[in-house]
Formats: sequence, structure tokens, C-alpha cells
Amino acid sequence: MNTLLKDAPPRIRQPRPTFKRSLIPYAYISPTAALLLVLMMLPIILVIGYSFFDNVIVNKNPEFVGLANYVEILTDGVFAQALGNTLYFTFVSVGAHLVLGLSFAMLLNTRLLSSLSKALFRAIYVMPWLFTVAIIAVLWRLLLNPNGVINYVIITLGLSDTGIEWLSSRDTALIAVTFINIWAGYPFFMVSLLAGLQGIPRDLYEAATVDGANPIQQFIHVTLPQLKPIIISMAMLDLIWTSQQFALIWMTTGGGPINDTEMLSTFTYKAAFSSYEFSQASASAVIVLLLSMVLAFFYVCHQKSRD
Amino acid sequence: MSMTKTQKAVAAKAGVIVALCIGAVFAGFPVFWMLISSFKSNSEIFEFPPRILTESFSFDAYATILGDPTKVRFFINSYVVSLSVTVLTLIVAILAAYAFSRYEFRFKKTLNMIIVSVQAVPPITLLIPFFGLMVTLGLYNTYAGLILTYMVFTLPYAIIMMTGYFNTLPRELDEAAKVDGASSMKALWGILVPIATPGIVSVGIYTFMISWNEYLFALTLTRTEDMRTVRIGIQLLMGQHSFEWNEMMAMSILGAIPVLILFLFFQRYFIGGLAAGSVKS
Repeated sequence: MNTLLKDAPPRIRQPRPTFKRSLIPYAYISPTAALLLVLMMLPIILVIGYSFFDNVIVNKNPEFVGLANYVEILTDGVFAQALGNTLYFTFVSVGAHLVLGLSFAMLLNTRLLSSLSKALFRAIYVMPWLFTVAIIAVLWRLLLNPNGVINYVIITLGLSDTGIEWLSSRDTALIAVTFINIWAGYPFFMVSLLAGLQGIPRDLYEAATVDGANPIQQFIHVTLPQLKPIIISMAMLDLIWTSQQFALIWMTTGGGPINDTEMLSTFTYKAAFSSYEFSQASASAVIVLLLSMVLAFFYVCHQKSRD
Repeated sequence: MSMTKTQKAVAAKAGVIVALCIGAVFAGFPVFWMLISSFKSNSEIFEFPPRILTESFSFDAYATILGDPTKVRFFINSYVVSLSVTVLTLIVAILAAYAFSRYEFRFKKTLNMIIVSVQAVPPITLLIPFFGLMVTLGLYNTYAGLILTYMVFTLPYAIIMMTGYFNTLPRELDEAAKVDGASSMKALWGILVPIATPGIVSVGIYTFMISWNEYLFALTLTRTEDMRTVRIGIQLLMGQHSFEWNEMMAMSILGAIPVLILFLFFQRYFIGGLAAGSVKS
């Protein structure tokens, strides 16, 4: 194919750019632009607008109140708690996703097992990824039920007499939802890191072995630096997604007990659709947007620095 | 006592196998428990001690769900919405990706920035204005409302991925066709799209999964039972007084089947596409 093109005579009829031709790319972009304008830009402008008025949506003539909604939200103890819970939930989840994903990827990349048994293990390991959070939430409510199978194991091992109310006890609820999220999310890291591991040239390890590096030194000086770009990209995407998690919390604890698992997403949802405080909800939604944009900014900068 | 080289190799292999098995229990046991719970009767779900096989092993929970027109409707809704989103996203994304990959135009960089960064816009931020917007546009509680909403979330990723695929295909391919007098549309659909099929398949699978699994907007933008999707249907089984655990598990399995099938048949595209996305995007 390439050689054919090389041998072809130079083009004679180079199409001249005309006004009509220069419009072509805009025509191709227009459906995307229209959709993003009406269903992305407009809603963002609307929600920012809502956040400066009182009683929007429910009141026909809302009054401009400036930053009052923001002041109210930021001085609200529950919002602060939701922010703290979201930070805990997000950073513990992302850290555990990374450690588990990398460990499993390295186990699955072993040269000690046949490719058939590796394929079998890979199929099992990837399973949590094939179920959506709505299903995962219901499944873990079954497993973590006071009379469920996990409490059976705990009682049988003598770790507790009565079993633990994982999702409704104030001591364990936040840990439990974080654990569920860890289970749900590590395969995404694992799959990408496995692809990354398989892409590391073998001679790098051979050179390290010749230099007398032991497996741990090889991991630190060859594996980690090679995987670093993937790890940073994945971690940033995961930070953005995990901090926005809604369905998992909503379907397991609903933010309870007593706000102990309240996240920014559930706080905002409740303010809007349980209390009908659309103005405060909008202020909260704008704060969530700003936090996400900061993360996105770092992500884009990182991507650019790699190009 | 020092180990010989073969002893060391055996020990290493045993260690890897043990670690893999522990991990497999962590990853696989919950799914296994979901499966066997769907074959139990509801009264046996929390038996103490729990049993894997019970006398009442049956497909009753599945039969109940598939025999209930309301619940079957949840599945039909999910299929209609997800398939529409997939087809429409692919068409719109292919057009946009073609422009990004093959043309120079003003605002290209700005538009590209916008498309990359809107991926990070939190769904919860859009939820409040969407509610009012959909009511105003008459799209509240309709398929069209859900389909357009999901496209906002699937399009950016699809465009970025498709642009990446088109960029790997030599320009000469479609330009040769254009010199021969074909329109740019013909060059796109007749030449580029057929070659880019693997990329299109993986973007399509990803799009289908996102819309099949969506929860927040399905919850907020639909009202009547005949518009609910599977995700919401599962939650509706959590009644006020009793939980139909076996039916919830059966519905979860049924709800996961399309994704499982896609995964089994297109595993290569899945992992390849995802890796490419995370490495390059």
C-alpha cells in the first residue's frame, strides 16, 4: 500500500480551499456542539445561576441573594462532614485500587503458570468489573446483612458473638461502603496495569539482572518507572470518578447512619430531591463542580506534558 | 538450611498459586454467592448456618421475574435506551472524530479542550438543571430524554477514542478517494469506517455499558413504572416491609448477562480498547 502511494505521480488537482469547503469540519462537529451546548453548557450556566437565588424552581419569582446559599452550605456541619467522608472514601479507595490492582496484575503476569490457568484466574479477577454499582450495592447488602454469610464466618471464627451490623453501625458504615467500593473498582486498574506490564520490554529486566538487581530492586527501578504514566492517569481518573460516586452510597446506606456515610453527591441529591432546597443544592453542586474541575485541570496538564 | 535452586522455584510457584487463590476468593466469592442465592427460596437466604445447596434449589426467582410484564418492561426499557445511545453516540462521534482527525479549523484546540474537560463534570451538578430542562422540553419521563442525557456522558470519551483511532490510519487512504472525486462523506463511511471497525466496536461496547449501568439520571428523569430501567427495577424490589432477596439476585444476574456476553465475545476489544484509552487518551 505504502509503496504504491510512493510510486504514484504527484497530485495535479489539489483541491483549492473555498469558503464552502472550509465549512465542512464545522458541519461534522455541529451535532456534538449542539448537544454539548444545550445539555452541558446551558445546565452548568443554569445551576450556577440558581445558586445565587433563593427558592429557585419552586418559587416563580426567586430573589437574588448573592452568596448567601454558599455561606449557608459552607457553615452547615453536615456539608463539612460530607466533604470529610468524600475525601476519606475517595483517597482510601483510590489507594487500595492501586495497590490491589498492581498486586493482582503482577500475579497474573507471572511466568510461573501456564497461560490457560492465568486466563482462568484473570476471568475471576475481572468479575467485579462486570457488575454495575447498583447490583454490587444489593449484593453486598446481602453479604453484610447481620444474618449474612460474612457475619456467619466472623461468629464461627469467634471474632464476635452476635455479628456486626456493618452498614448500619456508626463504627463500621463508612469503612464498609469504602470496602465495597474497593472491591468494585480494582479491576479497572488491574486490567490497564496488566496491559502496561506486558508492554515493558523484557531486556530491561535482563539488563537489571545482569547488573545484579534482586526482584525488589527490579520492581522499584524497572517496573514502577515504566508503569508511572499509566498509574498517574488511572489514579486521576479514579479520583474524579470515586469522588462523584452516588449509586453505591444511595443503595447501601443512603448516607446514614446519622450522616456517617454522607458524601457530597448524596448531600446534594437529598437537598434537592428530598428537602426541595434547590438553591442550596445548586450551591453544593457548583462546589462539587469546582472541585472536579481542579482535578480535571491536573489531569489535562498531566496528559499534555506526556504528548 | 538453604534451599536448592529447584526448591526455590517450587516455593515461588506455590507462593504465587496461594496468593492467586486468596485473591480469587476475594474477587469471586461474592459473585458466587449472588448466583447460588438466586436459586434459593427467599426464606432460605439467611439460613444459619448458610448452605450452598438447598432442597428448594429452583429457577423460581427467574421465572417470577420473567413472568411479570412490569419487570420484563424494565429490561426492554434498558435495551431500547442502551442500544439507541450506542448507535447515536457512534454516529455523532465518528463525524466529530473525522473533523478532529482530518481537518484544521478555528477553535479546534478550544473545542478539543472542552471535550476533554467535560468528562470530569460531575453528574450530580447537571442533575438539578436537567430536571427542569427535561420538563420544559417535554422530555421528562421519555426514552428521548434518557437517551440524550446519556449521550452527554458517552460522547466525549467516544470522540477522544475515535479521533485516536482515525489518527492511526494513514491520511492517504481517504485523501486518495477524495482525489478520485468521492465526497468527504463517502471517504469517511466507505473507507475509514470499515477499517476502523475494531476501534468502533470497543467504543460501542464501552458506550453500551455506561448506559446499561446508569442509575442517577434513570432514577430522577423517569417517574412511571413503565419507563424504569433494570437498575431502578432492582431497587424497587427492596420493598418497605420485605426484601425479595432471591428475586433481586436473579434480576441482578439477568441484568448483568448482556455485559457478560459482550465481555466473553469481545474480551480482546474490551481490554485493548481500555488500555489504549487509559494510555493515550
